Amino acid sequence: MSGEQAIFCQGIAKTYGEGESAVKALRGIDFTANFGEIVALVGPSGCGKTTLISIFAAILSRSSGALQLAGVDPDAMTNQDRTLFRREKVGFIFQQFNLVPQISVVENVAIPLFLRGENRSEALDRAEKLLTEVGLHNRAHSRPSKLSGGQQQRVAIARSLIHEPSILVCDEPTSALDGATGQRVMELIREQGRRPDRIVVLVTHDERIYHFADRIAHMDDGLITRIVTSDVELAALKMAAFEKGKIK
Amino acid sequence: MRLIALKMLFGDSAKFYGILLGLTFATLLITQQAAIFVGLMSRTYALIEETPQADLWVTDPTMQFVDDTKPMQVTALDRVRSVTGIEWASPLFKGLLVAKLPNGGRQICDVIGVDDATLIGAPATMLQGKLEDLRKTDAIFIESRGANKQLMQPLTADKNGPKRPMQVGDELELNERRAIIAGIAETRPSFQNVPIIYTTYLRAVGFAPANRRTLSLILVKALPGQDLPELQKRIQTQTGLTAYTPAEFSWKTLDYWMTQTGIPINFGMAIALGFLVGVAIAGQMFYNFTLDNLRYFGAMKAMGATSRQLLNMVAVQGLAAGVLGLGLGLGATALFGLMIPGDRLAFKLTWHLPIISTFAVIVIVLGASGLSMWKVIRLDPKEVFNG
Ligand SMILES: Nc1ncnc2c1ncn2[C@@H]1O[C@H](COP(=O)(O)OP(=O)(O)OP(=O)(O)O)[C@@H](O)[C@H]1O
Ligand SMILES: [Mg+2]
Repeated sequence: MSGEQAIFCQGIAKTYGEGESAVKALRGIDFTANFGEIVALVGPSGCGKTTLISIFAAILSRSSGALQLAGVDPDAMTNQDRTLFRREKVGFIFQQFNLVPQISVVENVAIPLFLRGENRSEALDRAEKLLTEVGLHNRAHSRPSKLSGGQQQRVAIARSLIHEPSILVCDEPTSALDGATGQRVMELIREQGRRPDRIVVLVTHDERIYHFADRIAHMDDGLITRIVTSDVELAALKMAAFEKGKIK
Repeated sequence: MRLIALKMLFGDSAKFYGILLGLTFATLLITQQAAIFVGLMSRTYALIEETPQADLWVTDPTMQFVDDTKPMQVTALDRVRSVTGIEWASPLFKGLLVAKLPNGGRQICDVIGVDDATLIGAPATMLQGKLEDLRKTDAIFIESRGANKQLMQPLTADKNGPKRPMQVGDELELNERRAIIAGIAETRPSFQNVPIIYTTYLRAVGFAPANRRTLSLILVKALPGQDLPELQKRIQTQTGLTAYTPAEFSWKTLDYWMTQTGIPINFGMAIALGFLVGVAIAGQMFYNFTLDNLRYFGAMKAMGATSRQLLNMVAVQGLAAGVLGLGLGLGATALFGLMIPGDRLAFKLTWHLPIISTFAVIVIVLGASGLSMWKVIRLDPKEVFNG
């Protein structure tokens, strides 16, 4: 896996619809990311963040451009193979957690394993271990609704990691949470999610969590306008945030 | 994922019980109404079933059903007896006559007159008295429902006063003639639900008014080894009368009630209503259940659930709801059947009926889950990214 780029894209465009009602959501994205990185996609509403992360998660096809995810082009696959690719390689963290309300926390965590047809009790064992790592061992058999928002997102983090994906996509993982809880959730994502063989892609418009990323890609109107790579620039951003009193 | 699917369904108790209630109620309504219909319809040919000795029933060609007595000439009996291949042929009188009770009350009764010599056609089960008692002077048998209900004997002169069930030794008047109860019989309820009186043919003809002293039916027993269709043809060509096997005569009777009366439409509407209840309550709730869970199906789809897995989940949910609802509904129907007295309400739960309601439940569940499946398959997994 080393040496291979986690994400490679060149001139990616995405147009929704056709004719007069067509919307150009992405207009030529050039972007590469390596395994082991955490990258953030940020920008104003409607700039194309969700569209791009959906393409990185192999749930949306691009209209044009070149794309490699973990060395393969998902659009060259059949629908079925793309689904199996997601099942093996992609982990998801959603803004609204999306935990199935009628089943226990530990069963929710085990869903990606169930989807792969793994043995139920082994899957539940692994899910319980992972719940211990996110500090929720004692809530394993509760219903999700009995948990706080922050706890629910921790459960979702465990669910997104249980099958050890190569690509972890997080769409606004903190926007349903208060500031302090959001920070703790991001710490957990960084602690548990960062692996030398994994890319973490984070979509956010919350400046307070920018510093969890190694690189920040600023988007505007379907384009990446600048990628903040250096620690100096990152520090400057942190500084600005500090001055605004948003982080301590 | 099947277990997860089941837990999703059972875990949503409000919807689950709603779906279950809808399916149970629909099954109950469909099966119960159909059973009453079948019960009622099977009563139309009760007399034929009560008289298993006959191989053939010979009637006037214009007769449409077993109660539609068309007079035949008395000579018809001899003409039938002269056809070769017949072991015996015996006359049967059947007609509605008014019985007068000792206190002056009147009650229409179905009078059946059986062959004086052989008593063929007389009831098989006697609760009081014995078959031979029918040979006594002025003797009649009545069946127990009539004895215990319409023909109750008043204890005082007051019509609305206390009464007791009619017993052996009691008397009635049939068309101004005395009739003495010589036995109480048990018979299947008839469609008309009037008391049934059995007596001998000659006595029955004597009870009837002059213009109705006629032969209604002829029961025929074929000689052993006879080809029945051939015998039927011979009777028809030689006598000009029509000969039916019991099955044909039952079907002809049933067919009359089915096609010439509004009864099937009535029950058909009740059954359709049951089906609509199922669609409206259970079908819709099931669909709503899927819609409520669409975001979770969407998340699973993003996480790599194949269409097949998702369809499987919806199918398992539909199947579970269907099987449970159907089971409860059929159970409730059977319970209903056990709880009502057999002679009150015609209720006959034949093995065909659960098949009909199973089919109805399958249609409801398939419709609802089919719609749900379509929703799940069309789901755009990208939607799950939008809060
Ligand atoms: N399915 C779709 N059909 C048509 N247009 C769409 C569709 N999805 C997104 N768009 C449009 O594409 C553009 C980019 O949308 P996208 O959801 O990627 O933005 P975003 O950066 O995620 O915005 P937000 O911060 O509000 O979530 C927007 O103009 C949006 O209206
Ligand atoms: Mg978005």
